[in-house]
Amino acid sequence: MSETRNIAVTVNGKRYERSVDVRLTLADFLRGPLGLTGTHLGCEHGVCGACTILVDGQSARSCLMLAVQANGHEIATVEGLAPSAERLHPLQEAFRDNHGLQCGFCTPGMLMTLVEFLRDHPNPTEGEVRVAISGNLCRCTGYQGIVAAALDAAGRMRKGG
Amino acid sequence: MGFVGRSVTRLEDAPMLTGRGRYAADVSFSRELHMRVVRSSHAHARIVAIDAGAARELPGCVAVWTSEDVAEIPPIDFRSTRVQGLEPHRQPVLARDRVRYVGEPVAVVFAEDPYLAEDAADLVTMEVEELPVVLSADRGTEAAVIRKGYGDIEAAFRAAHTVVDLDLSIGRHSGVPLETRGAIARYDAMRDALELHGATKRPHANRDLLARMLAREPGSIHLYEGHVGGGFGVRGEIYPEDVLVCAAALRLGRPVKWIEDRRENLMACNHSREQRHRVRAAVDAQGRILGIDDEFFHDQGAYVRTHGARVADLTAGMLPGPYRVPTYRAVGHYRLTNKTPAATYRAPGRYEATFVCERLLDAIAAKTGIDRVEVRRRNLIAKTEMPYARDLDVIDTEVVLDSGDYAGLLDQALARADWAVLQSELEQRRAAGEAVGVGLAFFLEKSGLGPVDVARVSMAADGTFDVVTGAASLGQGVETVLAQIAADALGVDYRRVRVAHGCTDRIEQGYGSHASRTTVMTGSAVHIAATKLRENMQPGCSAQGSFESEHMTYPYGVHIAVVNVDRDTGGVAVERYLAAFDVGRAVNPRLVEGQIEGGVVQGLGGALLEEFVYDAEGSPLSVTFADYAMPTACEAPGIAVLLTEDAPSPLNPLGIKGAGEGGVNPVGAVIASAIDDALGVAGAVTRLPVTPPRLVEIMRAERR
Repeated sequence: MSETRNIAVTVNGKRYERSVDVRLTLADFLRGPLGLTGTHLGCEHGVCGACTILVDGQSARSCLMLAVQANGHEIATVEGLAPSAERLHPLQEAFRDNHGLQCGFCTPGMLMTLVEFLRDHPNPTEGEVRVAISGNLCRCTGYQGIVAAALDAAGRMRKGG
Repeated sequence: MGFVGRSVTRLEDAPMLTGRGRYAADVSFSRELHMRVVRSSHAHARIVAIDAGAARELPGCVAVWTSEDVAEIPPIDFRSTRVQGLEPHRQPVLARDRVRYVGEPVAVVFAEDPYLAEDAADLVTMEVEELPVVLSADRGTEAAVIRKGYGDIEAAFRAAHTVVDLDLSIGRHSGVPLETRGAIARYDAMRDALELHGATKRPHANRDLLARMLAREPGSIHLYEGHVGGGFGVRGEIYPEDVLVCAAALRLGRPVKWIEDRRENLMACNHSREQRHRVRAAVDAQGRILGIDDEFFHDQGAYVRTHGARVADLTAGMLPGPYRVPTYRAVGHYRLTNKTPAATYRAPGRYEATFVCERLLDAIAAKTGIDRVEVRRRNLIAKTEMPYARDLDVIDTEVVLDSGDYAGLLDQALARADWAVLQSELEQRRAAGEAVGVGLAFFLEKSGLGPVDVARVSMAADGTFDVVTGAASLGQGVETVLAQIAADALGVDYRRVRVAHGCTDRIEQGYGSHASRTTVMTGSAVHIAATKLRENMQPGCSAQGSFESEHMTYPYGVHIAVVNVDRDTGGVAVERYLAAFDVGRAVNPRLVEGQIEGGVVQGLGGALLEEFVYDAEGSPLSVTFADYAMPTACEAPGIAVLLTEDAPSPLNPLGIKGAGEGGVNPVGAVIASAIDDALGVAGAVTRLPVTPPRLVEIMRAERR
C-alpha cells in the first residue's frame, strides 16, 4: 500500500487540502479527487499535451507531475479559463468561431498552452503559433482551425476582447 | 434564409471548450471496480501456465480471470463482410492455449482503484513455449482470397501497346485517436439492464453482437455514447475489453471501468493499411487503360476482427477509381501474421487503392511519354457516362457511380493551383539546386452506405425540437449538421434543435456513424421526418422519417501537393497543399473543410511518418508517441480546400455525398507523386511511409 502525504493546492483560485498517495499523478488528482475532468490524458508520457495545465503561470504536463509536487502551488486548468458561466475567454470564442476543435479531446491542452503563449507573445506570426503548439497533438483538425483560432484570439486579446 | 449550406458555429462546442465534456474516462459510478488487462509479451507462443496467485492475494484486488473463467463466451463475431473461411480466426476475449501477437489479452484483473489494478496485473506471470513468428503477408496463413473482376483481362494484356508493372507497399499504421479506448459497464438488477458506456460508431449493431456473446436479449443491453475523442474507424468496434467489462459487471455485481493506456492502444487497438500490391496495367498507344491486373497481400495480423474481410474487399472493389477500366482482375490474399489485428482506418481500402491506382497512372505517363495530367484526362469517366455502372461489387453493394464531372473538377483544381505557373516556378527552383516537386492525384471516394436509417423529430412544449437518431458522434459535428437539416425542413433556427445520438434506448433502430454515411443517410431521414412534422407542427407532435438506399454515393476529388526534399536528411517538407473535393452539397462548408484538413494531415502521417514497426521476434517497437510519430502543427502544411457542389447525388433528397474520408484518401498517392517529381525520378516511391531513412536509400540507389 502506498504512502500518503497531506497537500494544499490552489486550483483555479480555490484552495484544496487533501491527503494523497505519493504516487498519484497530478492529472489523476485533478480528475479524480477534485473532479476536474476537463484535463485530459492522451498518452501519460508527456508527448501529446492534452493534459497541459499552468503551474504558477507556467505550462506543465500534469501527467508527468505527482500531486505531491503541486503542494503549495497555484494550478490553472481549463475549467478556470472562462471569466464566468455566461462568458467565454476570447481564446475559447476564437476556437468556436474558427472551428478550432472537432472531437475536443486535445482542446483543453491546446487552450492552456496557447493562453500562456499569447500572454507572452501577444502578436505572433503563424509560424510562431505552429511552433508554440507543436508539443500538442491533434488528430482531427489538421491544426488549421487551431492556428486560425490562435491568431484570431491574439487580435481579440490585443483589442482587450 | 436557411441553414443548410451555411458555416454556422457548432452546437457541440461549449462543453468541450470549458472542460465540461464527458469522455469515457470521465464516466464514473460509485463502487466501481477498475479493470486492467494482462497482455502477452510474446508474438507467438503456447501458454503453458498462468499464475495469478500473487495477484489474487494483493489487498484491493477483487478478481483475476483467465480464459477458463470466460470459457462460455464465444470469440468476437463479425459484424460485416463475412467471408467463408474466416470463422476459425476470430479473437477470443482472453487467449486460449496460444498467444498470437504482443498485446493480446491473456488475463484481466479487477481491483478497487486503477493503480492497484496495475499492481495486481504486474503480479500475474505466464509460462510459455515460444513458437515461430510470421511477420509478413508474403508468407502467413491464408485465411481467405478476395477475388473481383470483369472482362477478359488476358486479352487486354495481349492487345496492349504498353504494359507497366509495379510492386507497391503501404505501411502498417492506424487511426490513433487522441482519446484512448474506454468502456464502463454496470448492471441494474431492477431493470435487468446491462449498460455499456463509452460506446460509439455502431451502438445498435454492437448491442446485438454483445447480446449474442453474453446470451442476453438485445433489449436488456443499453449502449451509451458520451463525448468521443476521435474515431477514425478504430473506435467503436467490439474488442475483447468491451465484452470483459460487461461480463464482469454482471458477474461481480459492481460497475466495472476500463480505460486503455497509450501503450496498450498502440499494440491492441486495430492497426490498418498494411498491404503489398503486385499490379500491372495494359494500355493502348494513346495511354488509355485496357486493363488492370492486381494481386495483393493483405497483412491482417493475428486475428480477424469485427470487420471480417472489409478492408481487402474495399481495396479490390475501389481500385479502378475514377477511370474507365475495361477489364479488371483483383486477387487479394488475406493473410494472418503475428501482429496486432487490423481493420478499418478512415478511407479503408481507398488510401491503399488510390496509392496503387495513381502510381499506375504516373507510371503510364512516364512510360508512354504522355503528360501525367493528359493521361488522367484520357482515362477519366466522362460526365455524360453518369450514372456509371461498373461490373463490380464492393461491401455487398453494386458499384454504380451516381454522378460526377471528374474532368471539370480536374480543370478547376489545376486552375486553382495555377498549374502551368507552378511548373515553371518549380523548374527554376530545381535548376537552382532545390529538390522540389509537385504531385497530383485524382481519387474516387464512396459514402452513404445503406441500407436504411431512421429519425424521429418532435416538438417540445417550449417550442424547441428534439431529433432522435441512431447516428453516432465521433467529434465530427453530427449534432450541428443534423440540426441544420432539421431546422430548414421545420423553418426554425438550428439552435432550437437538440440532436440525440449514440444511445440504444432512445431509438429502436440505428446504423451509427461510419463509412461517411451519417450526413447522407441520417441526414436524409431527419429531413424526411422534419418535413412530415412541419405539416402538423404542434407541441407534443412527432414524426418519424425513414430513408433507404441500395447504392452508395461516390464523391471524388483531386489533391495537389508541393514538396521540398532535403537531399541530406531525406526529410520531406510539404510546402503547399490543395484539396479539391466535390461533395454534392455541403451542409456546413466549414465543417466539411475541417474534415478535409484533418484527413489530409492524417494522410501525411501515413505517407511520411507513421508506421508500426516490429523487431524480428515480433515485438512492437512503436508503443509510445515518441516512437509512433504523428504530424504536429509544424509538419502540417497550410491546406487550401476547393469545395465544389457540381455533382449533387441523385440518390438522396438533399443531393449530399459524404465528406469524412476525402481528405485522407489520396494523400499517399499525391505525396509519392510529388517526391518523384522533386527527385526527377519516375516511380522512385514504391513504398509508404517515405521516412527519411527510406528516402535517403532511394536517393543513394539513384546515384549508383
